[in-house]
Amino acid sequence: MPNQEVFNWLRTRFFPHIWCPGCGHGIIMHSLLRALVNLDKKKTQTVIASGIGCSSRMVGYIDACTVHTTHGRSLAFATGIKLANPELTVVDVMGDGDCTAIGGNHFIHACRRNIDITAIVMNNNIYGMTGGQISPTTPVGSWATTAPAGAIDPSFDICKLAEGAGATYVARATVANPKQAEQFIQAGISNKGFSVIEILTHCHTQFGRKNKRRTPIDNINFFKSSSVPLAKAKDMAPDDLLDKIVVGEFVKKQIPEYTAQYLAMSERVGGPKNGK
Amino acid sequence: MPDVAFWQGNEALAHGALAAGCTFFGGYPITPSTEIAEIMAEELPKIGGRFIQMEDEIAGIAATIGGSIAGRKSLTATSGPGFSLKQENLGLAYIAEIPIVVVDVMRGGPSTGLPTKSAQQDVMQARWGTHGDHGTICYAPSSVQECYEIAIKAFNAAERYRQPVLIMSDEIIGHMREKVIPPTVKPEDLVDRKRPTEVPEKFVPYRPDPKDDLPCMASFGDGYTWHITGLTHNDWGFPTNNPEEIEKMMKRLMRKIDRFRDDIVEYETAFTEDADVLVLAYGSVARTTLRAVHEARTRGIKAGFFRPITLWPFPDKELEKLARKVKTIIVPELNCGQMVLEVERAVHGKAKVIPQNLVNGELFKPDDILSVIEEVA
Repeated sequence: MPNQEVFNWLRTRFFPHIWCPGCGHGIIMHSLLRALVNLDKKKTQTVIASGIGCSSRMVGYIDACTVHTTHGRSLAFATGIKLANPELTVVDVMGDGDCTAIGGNHFIHACRRNIDITAIVMNNNIYGMTGGQISPTTPVGSWATTAPAGAIDPSFDICKLAEGAGATYVARATVANPKQAEQFIQAGISNKGFSVIEILTHCHTQFGRKNKRRTPIDNINFFKSSSVPLAKAKDMAPDDLLDKIVVGEFVKKQIPEYTAQYLAMSERVGGPKNGK
Repeated sequence: MPDVAFWQGNEALAHGALAAGCTFFGGYPITPSTEIAEIMAEELPKIGGRFIQMEDEIAGIAATIGGSIAGRKSLTATSGPGFSLKQENLGLAYIAEIPIVVVDVMRGGPSTGLPTKSAQQDVMQARWGTHGDHGTICYAPSSVQECYEIAIKAFNAAERYRQPVLIMSDEIIGHMREKVIPPTVKPEDLVDRKRPTEVPEKFVPYRPDPKDDLPCMASFGDGYTWHITGLTHNDWGFPTNNPEEIEKMMKRLMRKIDRFRDDIVEYETAFTEDADVLVLAYGSVARTTLRAVHEARTRGIKAGFFRPITLWPFPDKELEKLARKVKTIIVPELNCGQMVLEVERAVHGKAKVIPQNLVNGELFKPDDILSVIEEVA
């Protein structure tokens, strides 16, 4: 059970939620809410945006300023909201398909701008809501309804993608370690810039069923046995890391943030101080 | 604001938007609308406004909707291909009732078509471009002065009725330079969205005010928590599969435009009192048409002129009244026949309707239209 402070962030009037029993998304929602409580955020000053998919339905259950947008586009909406009012805390929750397929362009440009938004990518390697089709993070050889003979498309490494595109905080955790997920989300929200936290989660219904991870527990055990902390991974040979999930903080750097740069530019050309 | 200006239509639209209180622009460069973005990039930072060039057209309208959600009057501008790309998010603004203004400076299509040539091929897309039912408010300016004035009207309508409002300009209007006398805009001339007054715990985001059927809108950051979704939703803004709630939302979305139709519709007429032949035209074509009608009158032909200023809602009742008196209605358009369908619907057989279409990238000459008037007179 969540503690009372976390409970206050839930719209229980909208329960029951749509997620399958045992889904990992609830674990991530709980990590996010604990991070928001730890940071003493106000609900009326916290925006949570999302796109389309199982993961994106999370925002409906959170009592904050929530916006459930179109498939893949949530970061573009969130960018408008943050630029319009930089004092808001803006979080964006996405799935792997939402973020890296249909939303790939918005994702790399949000990274490039270094706008102060925290993107939480809930990566379950599959399109769950539509019934189990391959996503850009489906491992090669996995089974899916649109890869009935096994996936042949190479997959994205979301953290490398974010790092290459310019995000200033990049981390990965799994739902098998919700405390670590909470810490990374908290660090991401605290970072003045664009933060990406990839959280490996499971869709036992659509992915696990076809890939020998039928139950939620199979998946948690898989995450536990496959996770390698970044410090340890640095000493391992690339071949030994092929089937592993490297968890940890990959990028932590400070460069000027977009809305701060905008307000400074605005002031330079005669606009009001701090954009007000 | 200058007393007198010599502006392009695109410049006048941008300055009109600023006069309307626009403080947010999200967009992407595209011919022939780019000047609007360039002016907003120059002007908005000086007044505490926000300009952002997004990564694509889809993101341009998404950021614009975001700007409005955070409480700013928000604008985006584009042309044909960009208008196509914006359609899905336009639908989100309709269902979530987010006020924004979208300008399409029309060029020839389909696809990349004729980027530097004028056309009127997107007017049905303005009505039906995004999937699903919704009411549409859409203006078509036919002079540079009117670009300025319509920008203000469009923002007022967006804020009053809580929905996207479209301005279908065209390449000729957008790039033509004319004298403009910007009217003095007083605070009482501008409309701002109705904001909730109840305590946050009592706020039901989509509960309509019984007086006008329109819900109040809180901005993110001003003390309320609420949920916005592109899913069909109930008064709480939460997704619903309940048939009663679905029907209630859909009917109100349609009704809010139907109910205020008479307040929204605008049109202009000339020489209609005794006209036998009526020529209906909008946008840049209306200018050529008016010249042709004048010329016809000097030749003793009883020609009249009808210009819808709002394409949607279409001034159908007003046109129907005139159709009872005239024999023929000519509809010149820079497309293969789009608004003529709406004219036929409105007129309902009471007068003969003749489409006149041009899609070679050129403009009508007054003589082209005059010769059709003479043929049917």
